[in-house]
Amino acid sequence: MGVGVFAFLGTLAVISALGVILQRSPVHSLLALVATLLALSGLMIGLGAVAIGFLQAIVYVGAIMVLFLFVIWLLNLQRDPGEPGRLAVKFFGAIAVAALVAELFAFFVRAPMSPMETSSSYGSVDRLADLIFSRYLVAFEVASLMLLVAVVGAVAVARRWPGDEARPNGAVGADRPVLQQARRA
Amino acid sequence: MTPVSYYLVLGAVLFAIGVAGVIMRRNLIVIFMSIEIMLNAVNLTLVALGRALGSADGQVMVFFVMTVGAAEAAVGLAIILAAFRNRHTVNADEIGLLRW
Repeated sequence: MGVGVFAFLGTLAVISALGVILQRSPVHSLLALVATLLALSGLMIGLGAVAIGFLQAIVYVGAIMVLFLFVIWLLNLQRDPGEPGRLAVKFFGAIAVAALVAELFAFFVRAPMSPMETSSSYGSVDRLADLIFSRYLVAFEVASLMLLVAVVGAVAVARRWPGDEARPNGAVGADRPVLQQARRA
Repeated sequence: MTPVSYYLVLGAVLFAIGVAGVIMRRNLIVIFMSIEIMLNAVNLTLVALGRALGSADGQVMVFFVMTVGAAEAAVGLAIILAAFRNRHTVNADEIGLLRW
């Protein structure tokens, strides 16, 4: 991929990532995040990782972002009431982030490698499947188990248990003495 | 061809933006989106380094990072839903029961 295309997609990714953290409304943040992820998937395709790039677009933009949007809509968060100042946190946070950028920049900018010339099958589904179902077979099975556990856990955490409605606002764990003690302490 | 270090620097900048979002924002959902930015910045780094080494293992790692990211999004959003149901807020400062 030429430097021009890289510069375009990279600038798009950085600007929209800044949009995610700077905008008030969560829905606008989400749209900016979609732009970031699409730009990144374009960069991956440009690097030759075609299958992964398209998976990125399908899984993240198609599935995970819809889940985010659904939750924002469910919680009725279109308007963010605004966040109080906390200037100290923002100030020191900015310094820490600037230091992080400088450190990583110093590491990476002198990386001596240039992209290898690879065959046209690099990044194809064939090549990935060969690896996943041979060298990474155990990890693949563990990942499927993890997804199952995550689905069961998400349903268990998010569902309404009997008695949830009875609790007045803010009285978390009214039926659990330990939590009540922690609250008083 | 674009040098690999360009991709690494871009990944570092995106990761730092994600860190800034986690530190500075108080909205749980935006914090979560910042975590997704960090995950994807690392994904880009993995793909770029895999290309530089001429091996497809980096892409397999991206595959697994995506799997973990999907599971994390499902569980995390469920936790946000439960927290909102109990406290009627998504402000991280007001959900401090486990803070010592």
